[in-house]
Amino acid sequence: MQNYANPTHFLRLVRVLLPVTAGLTTGLLAVGLYLALFVAPADYQQGETVRIMYLHVPSAWMAMFVYLVMTSAAIGTLVFRHPLADVAQKAAAPLGAAFTFLCLTTGSLWGKPEWGTWWVWDARLTSVLVLFLIYLGIIALWQVIEDPGKAARLVAIFTLVGAVNVPIIKFSVDWWHTLHQPASVFRMGGPTIAASMLWPLLIMAVGFTTLFLTLHMLAMRNEILRRRLRRLSMLAADGAAPLGVVAEPAE
Amino acid sequence: MQIEASALSVERGGRVIFAGLGFGLRAGEALLVKGPNGAGKSTLLRALAGLLPLASGDIRITPATEARLDHDDFGSIRSKIMNVIDFKGLERDSGEKPGSTFSPPALAELCHYIGHADALKPALTLAENLAFYAALLGGGEIAAALARLGLAGIADLPAAYLSAGQKRRAALARLVAVARPIWLLDEPLTALDTMSQTIVGELMREHLEMGGLIVAATHAPLPIAARDLVLGRPL
Amino acid sequence: MSQKPQAEKRQAAIQTRRSPLAALLVRDLRIGRRIGGAVSMGVVFFLCLVTVTPFAVGPDQALLARIGPAILWIAALLATLLGLDRLFQADAEDGSLDLFLMSETPLELIVVVKCLGHWLLTGLPLVAASPIFGLMLGLEPAALARVTASLLAGTPALTLLGAVGAALTVSLRRGGLLLAVLILPLSVPVLIFGVAAAGDPVVGFKTPFLILCGLTLAAVALTPFAAAAALRHAGD
Repeated sequence: MQNYANPTHFLRLVRVLLPVTAGLTTGLLAVGLYLALFVAPADYQQGETVRIMYLHVPSAWMAMFVYLVMTSAAIGTLVFRHPLADVAQKAAAPLGAAFTFLCLTTGSLWGKPEWGTWWVWDARLTSVLVLFLIYLGIIALWQVIEDPGKAARLVAIFTLVGAVNVPIIKFSVDWWHTLHQPASVFRMGGPTIAASMLWPLLIMAVGFTTLFLTLHMLAMRNEILRRRLRRLSMLAADGAAPLGVVAEPAE
Repeated sequence: MQIEASALSVERGGRVIFAGLGFGLRAGEALLVKGPNGAGKSTLLRALAGLLPLASGDIRITPATEARLDHDDFGSIRSKIMNVIDFKGLERDSGEKPGSTFSPPALAELCHYIGHADALKPALTLAENLAFYAALLGGGEIAAALARLGLAGIADLPAAYLSAGQKRRAALARLVAVARPIWLLDEPLTALDTMSQTIVGELMREHLEMGGLIVAATHAPLPIAARDLVLGRPL
Repeated sequence: MSQKPQAEKRQAAIQTRRSPLAALLVRDLRIGRRIGGAVSMGVVFFLCLVTVTPFAVGPDQALLARIGPAILWIAALLATLLGLDRLFQADAEDGSLDLFLMSETPLELIVVVKCLGHWLLTGLPLVAASPIFGLMLGLEPAALARVTASLLAGTPALTLLGAVGAALTVSLRRGGLLLAVLILPLSVPVLIFGVAAAGDPVVGFKTPFLILCGLTLAAVALTPFAAAAALRHAGD
């Protein structure tokens, strides 16, 4: 009973919240992009390419934030055994991977005019690349385990192992980078940034966060419906439910 | 000692295997779990052994007051049972919701579980296999156990060379080698010839006389007096 | 009355009996020795990787000597991870894992002992073979010692991390590749400090070696919990 009640409440909540977050996302991203592309000044060294930062930095931030969301959901799965936590974990993984990928590609695009090459083994980019690989591993683990409950618990364990490892990886990659390339002139963001650049950046960051929340809720809703469909199909296979219930599965 | 299981249900992969199942079993009693294929006989045994989580329900073990439990072999086990009960008490006090998943970790340590797999390493001899499990599970005499199941002559052969029946007997020898009060037997007589079946029947009767408990899942009739628990397909 | 002789008898039985963990280690080593393949195959795979690298980068002796420590470390990393997929799978398939779960010994300790057994069978031979393979790559004697020491300190961490992957993929029929995909990103720190300790001329030996030892100790302390948790959940 409990298993059903929570997702049902959640679906009702999603119906209320979705228009709000979607509207907020549209507004924030429209304002943020306008400021970033037309209002904010070009960098005196980097020129117009600095505008990539307004996509690159928020997506780097989201790459970390989504992992944090997944880590809390993993604790929810393992400690509280909450079915919504399973769903939240599963729905977040591809989104996190997408933001991480966006961060990597924008970093690479930014790097071309900066360094004259599409990829540099810069400490930050490399750390993000390793994070991307961890995301891909998590998605792969979801895909290969048939039973969703078992998959959720195993992925949760791996997510926590990753959460412990990510700071260690970050530290080692930084260490490795200073070892091989002592002087890095390239800086992103930081406290020295001018206010005219900081505001668009903050708005974009908040916009990315609401974008994630919107997409996450949508993905969670899909996952809940997919699980219900799976359960109904199983009942139908057992002959316990009339087939008519299953006959109209909306995608 | 006695087992009381109430309102057990197990789900696997979103499918309810069984629900609302309960039984009580006292010292010296055996329970025969019957039912068609897929009814959840093996699942029930694995859940009792603590190898599968319960979706709801609880399994309670209480020590008997009978003198029979003072039998030497089970003496050390009494303290463990007390632990189980303390543990349960704590759980209750902390306001645990009924229906949440719970299986006392110590329960598994009171049980022998003989599953479909014989847990023998083909590279090791029969004696080495059994000696390892004796050490792992809390040990005893392995020579006597091998002799009891008629395996003494082949104790030094690698398990890879044994027939299915011999492997089955080697798995059952764990019951004799290590004293544990609750036996969970999944199709214990599979692959055994008539003579071996008689030996296993004797072992079970002795175990019950000593105040042990048996839960067995089987299609074939067992050579012991037992109550039946019939599982049907869940609706 | 009869209490005393029985107590003595039990005492004797306990003394002759191996502890569960020692018994497990002996069992795993015995199986490894009898089946044999496991020990030699890892070293042969290691040799294969060392052999193919010069074909990829060219037979330039100076270059090979410079990247030799890195080659040895990558070869050790792959040889360790690719050999790990059966670490728990064999026990899960034949029912031994069920009995591990039903023993009084905590599963975490069982995981540690299984890793120790696996490392003694596969990791230690790699470490022992690394000076010989290092010679083939033209490493100096001092560099040989550094590579060997860093592999000795670092490969246990790789085995333990791999054990987490092995536990997560225990119920999958073809888990070997997934294990590598899951664990390779996590082994980046070990690789970084291992290679640095093995052959970086700038940073010296001590700092990265100590950090490497720290990583291995952290792996001993933490990964068994993750692997044991995964094994408990893999059964249902």
